[in-house]
Amino acid sequence: MGLLAPLRRLAARTVGHAIVFAAQVITAVRAEWRGIEPVRRQRVYFANHVSNADMPMIWSCLPPALRRETRPVAAADYWLETPLRAFVGPEVFRCVLVDRRPEARTEDPLAAILAALDEGSSLILFPEGNRNMTDAPLLPFRAGLFNIGRARPDVDLVPTWIANLNEIMPKGEVIPLPLICTVTFGAPLHVREGEDKDAFLARAADALVALAPEPRRSAAA
Amino acid sequence: MSETDGDILLLSLGVAGLLMALTFFGEVLRARQPEGATDPAVETYMMRIHSWWAMVILLALALLIGFPAVLALFAFASFAALREFLTYANKRQADHLSLALAFFAVLPLQYVFVGIRHEGLFGTFIPVYAFLLLPVVSALRGDPEAFLVRVAETQWGLMTAVYCASHVPALMILDIPGYGQRGPLLIVFFVMVVQVGDLVEYAAGRRIGRRTIAPGLSPKTWEGVAAGLASAALLGGGLAWISPFGLFGAMAMAAAAFAAGTAGNLVFTAIKRDRGVKDWSHLIPGQGGFMEQLDSVIFAAPVFFHLTGAIWAV
Repeated sequence: MGLLAPLRRLAARTVGHAIVFAAQVITAVRAEWRGIEPVRRQRVYFANHVSNADMPMIWSCLPPALRRETRPVAAADYWLETPLRAFVGPEVFRCVLVDRRPEARTEDPLAAILAALDEGSSLILFPEGNRNMTDAPLLPFRAGLFNIGRARPDVDLVPTWIANLNEIMPKGEVIPLPLICTVTFGAPLHVREGEDKDAFLARAADALVALAPEPRRSAAA
Repeated sequence: MSETDGDILLLSLGVAGLLMALTFFGEVLRARQPEGATDPAVETYMMRIHSWWAMVILLALALLIGFPAVLALFAFASFAALREFLTYANKRQADHLSLALAFFAVLPLQYVFVGIRHEGLFGTFIPVYAFLLLPVVSALRGDPEAFLVRVAETQWGLMTAVYCASHVPALMILDIPGYGQRGPLLIVFFVMVVQVGDLVEYAAGRRIGRRTIAPGLSPKTWEGVAAGLASAALLGGGLAWISPFGLFGAMAMAAAAFAAGTAGNLVFTAIKRDRGVKDWSHLIPGQGGFMEQLDSVIFAAPVFFHLTGAIWAV
């Protein structure tokens, strides 16, 4: 084990570089910092979720110094399913794993998330909980984002819109198309004094949808 | 070192000298700013010059290394341009496989056909076979919604970004009596007259332009185009010694390439306006995307290729 651990870390870093390289060469992923600057502040990037490639895309377009300090919050039931995922999720992306199935939980998901924040990490979070397969821009947010914002009011909650991924890799397709993916970072939010859960989550969802590009004009429409 | 390589180096050094002067000019403008301040116009100008450095160095290296490197460079440029075009095209999930084929099969095959110097396949593969096959692949998925629009837009992307652009490396496979192995210099000639004509057209249009060519679409003016045409022809005459065209032939070919290129520029402006995009992408700092850089080349390359082929090649 003593020899294996550094080797695994090296492998994890190599795979991480390969993922960033692939994302940048194939989809030319581009970050647009509209509401904030790419500086080292503790943040929770909360994003829309349409594809399994969402998280690697956001992760890849962060500047390296920020990427090293940013951990995605991801589903344990997905990332621990196979040995390969158990390597990529926890070791390459250094995911904070939470279990979406209440009956299987041994740990409070919020406690794991807050512990990661208290270690100084920034987070990537998908407040919809599941991939959005509908025509609506967003699914209703779960309570997690509100609970984090109330428990750690100093942390910036940054709306993060990923455009085009549903065309790059629609559900059920195997080959990703090399179209240009844009990740837009908006102005940070905080839970206001006395703001209740529904009001905050509605405000957060509006801030996120506001970053979506205008629907393109189309002769077909 | 062959005579052709020597000429490529000489011309590269000439262009590098010009870029050095332009870089120095930008640094002087920077130095004239008050301490700590920056002028966005100067910074944009410098970003453009830096991108020009990168493009000139890449093209010069590819031409010195030889035909495979030139093919690889233009195949990559085609890939990047097609990616920009199809990002803004109409498509549905039923097109997923045909789009994947466009990127990963049609594009590489087109450059392979140029590479093996198969003029028949290189000329017909995309406009005949790819155009017939890809709609079949889309149709098999059974989604008729906006079908013709989807098919047409994909085909236009392939036609411009891949088929037309591949005519630049194809200049090296033309068999021109008495020109020998000097094919790379034909590319230098072509790229220089088109790009310099573009730059002069832009700069002159802003200073002396009065009458717009296509009001409501583009700021291009007749005066700017006339200046671009004249400068392309003059440069073509000055570069006649690297071409097989002779002095007047070189001037006429340069003018024709510029005219086709500026028409391409106009057409791509119309497409961008239709789609509501300002720049195709941000991959070339200060210039926009690959499509911005290639739009004039895309229209000029087939015209230049076929004129050369019809008049000077066997």
